[in-house]
Amino acid sequence: MKLSAILLAGLFAGAFTTGARAEIDVKIGILNDRSGVYADLSGEGSVIAARMAVEDFKATDKGIRVNIVSADHQNKPDVGSSIARQWYDQEGVDAIFDVPTSSVALAVSQVTREKNKIFIDSGAGAADLTGKQCSPNTIHWTYDTWALANGTGGAMVKQGGDTWFFITADYAFGHALERDTTALVEKSGGKVLGSVKHPFPGSDFSSFLLQAQASGAKVIGLANAGGDTINTIKQAAEFGITQGGQKLAGLLIFITDIHALGLQVAQGLVLTEAFYWDLNDATRAWSKRFAERSDGKMPSMVHAGVYASVLHYLKAIEATNSKDASVVMAKMKEMPTDDPLFGKGQVRIDGRVTHDMYLFEVKKPEESKGDWDYYKLLATIPAAEAFRPLNEGGCPLVK
Amino acid sequence: MFTILGIPSQALFGQLLLGLINGSFYALLSLGLAIIFGLLNIINFAHGAQYMMGAFLTWMLLSYFGVGYWWALLLVPVLVGIFGLVLERLLISRLHHLDHLYGLLLTFGLALIIQGLFRIRYGVSGLPYGIPLTLAGGQNLGFMFLPNYRLWVILLSLSVCLATWLVEKTKLGAYLRAATENPTLVQAFGINVPRLITLTYGGGVGLAALAGVMAAPIYSVNPNMGADMIITVFAVVVIGGMGSIAGSIVTGFALGLIEGLTKLLYPEASSTVIFIIMAIVLLLKPAGLFGRRV
Repeated sequence: MKLSAILLAGLFAGAFTTGARAEIDVKIGILNDRSGVYADLSGEGSVIAARMAVEDFKATDKGIRVNIVSADHQNKPDVGSSIARQWYDQEGVDAIFDVPTSSVALAVSQVTREKNKIFIDSGAGAADLTGKQCSPNTIHWTYDTWALANGTGGAMVKQGGDTWFFITADYAFGHALERDTTALVEKSGGKVLGSVKHPFPGSDFSSFLLQAQASGAKVIGLANAGGDTINTIKQAAEFGITQGGQKLAGLLIFITDIHALGLQVAQGLVLTEAFYWDLNDATRAWSKRFAERSDGKMPSMVHAGVYASVLHYLKAIEATNSKDASVVMAKMKEMPTDDPLFGKGQVRIDGRVTHDMYLFEVKKPEESKGDWDYYKLLATIPAAEAFRPLNEGGCPLVK
Repeated sequence: MFTILGIPSQALFGQLLLGLINGSFYALLSLGLAIIFGLLNIINFAHGAQYMMGAFLTWMLLSYFGVGYWWALLLVPVLVGIFGLVLERLLISRLHHLDHLYGLLLTFGLALIIQGLFRIRYGVSGLPYGIPLTLAGGQNLGFMFLPNYRLWVILLSLSVCLATWLVEKTKLGAYLRAATENPTLVQAFGINVPRLITLTYGGGVGLAALAGVMAAPIYSVNPNMGADMIITVFAVVVIGGMGSIAGSIVTGFALGLIEGLTKLLYPEASSTVIFIIMAIVLLLKPAGLFGRRV
């Protein structure tokens, strides 16, 4: 009985590999903040982006049935890792995408490695994901703290901002961003006069702004994100920080933040992003479709990253005809990345995806032609210079 | 310039003043909570959501109807207060004879629903609301730059707190306190106790909305603004003593100051310092600093 069952199974397996392509069922999980400070820049938008990737790839025509699930990690590492565990162990999720909030991303990366699945991060910032804490199961797609420091930090130093004070969110991401920017400032001959770490998330930043003001630094670096950055910039305007001659460097600013601040307050900010809807015809066409599905809201770079990474993942599954984590991962690293939003790039051995980054300046209210017309392109940072060199991250996978 | 505990006096004064400003919000919010708890015996978990509604309504009045800050200051507490009255009549009044826990669960559920609705419609990043022109700019105090608007927040909050405290001393206040102690007897004197209770709830909610209007120009107007604040405010109420009006006002301002100092001395602990104090107070004086023993 048992023998015949095995023979029968073998027969079926043989029939499938020789005949029509086997049907593959893939389950992907979008794990992000759906209710807190990062919900607008990731949240439901990332689920929409993932669905668009599945549709554009025409997955069903290629015999790949994709099932998308999503959950709210509430920016808490314990919540995030227990959802990841449950997804991998009980619900058959093959890969997790997005995961903003670096502390959660680092935890999910650990769980993914333990369970030998795939984790492609778009929303988190800490460059440690592909540095000392890199993992053979983790890819980091959209941006990281090194790239932000290099872009915005570099631009501020070039403009003569050689003394800095940091207002830093007190968790993995803020610490990483402050560390990477400090390294860059000091390498360029600048000096860091001090820093203050605020609880995450916060609402009143006036106290920290006052300390930054008293430091006399030329540049106040905001090593925080989302709602925290919005509040800091709003209150900096109130306390006359910029009129006093100090400059604000928003080290991580998303287009959704600018939308919330309004151009009156945000004008003149210099920032680094991996994606902007109004870059070229391809990004405009995709963003228009995205906006139609999300009440007219334009996509953030995190949404774009989820789209591109799901696309690359599905391509690798198609090419290998497998969803085995190590097989698919090897293929993703071997195959160059190519999509309408980020153009051509590659997945490095440490998991870092390289693509162009952009330095933008926020438009003045009179320069903007309407809602979401917010950025002027200052410079394109080519992929080869935009990210930390492979040998400097301390990732054990790099030999 | 001189130094105190190794901190330049300039920085210290600046931080104390900022602490006082945050304290104004704590005082105003915990005042509303204290009034509601004192008379209704309801722990109003929806207070944060009602504060958030105040800020959102301020933004809506400007964006949809062109009604500015000063009118909002008057209209919003009334409108949100009316919402409170309806809530009390329809739902909360049905729980009077039940345990505290039911009121807590009901208002907590309401808070989640209200926040969720705003989140679906407006997202979480917040909406821009400018400082009214007459209060733009600021004063150079020598040791710090004080925005005029923040000065206004302290003054307005202090006067509202003082007015509420005085009202409690009048005959109306006496009725209210009597109605808490023995509603049946007070009703026998021809006073409509249920109506008194409904109006009190509306008043408490109106105070939350007023704090929301004051917060709109300085904090981001977003659906989570109340949830972030309410936990701290509850700690303030617990430290001050549940139901004590003077207690909640004094504790509100005092904890604002302590939090301000922590932001200077050890910023990482600034979000937890209030809870540490709460734990200590509960150990030493379980009824709170100003509370009477039950």
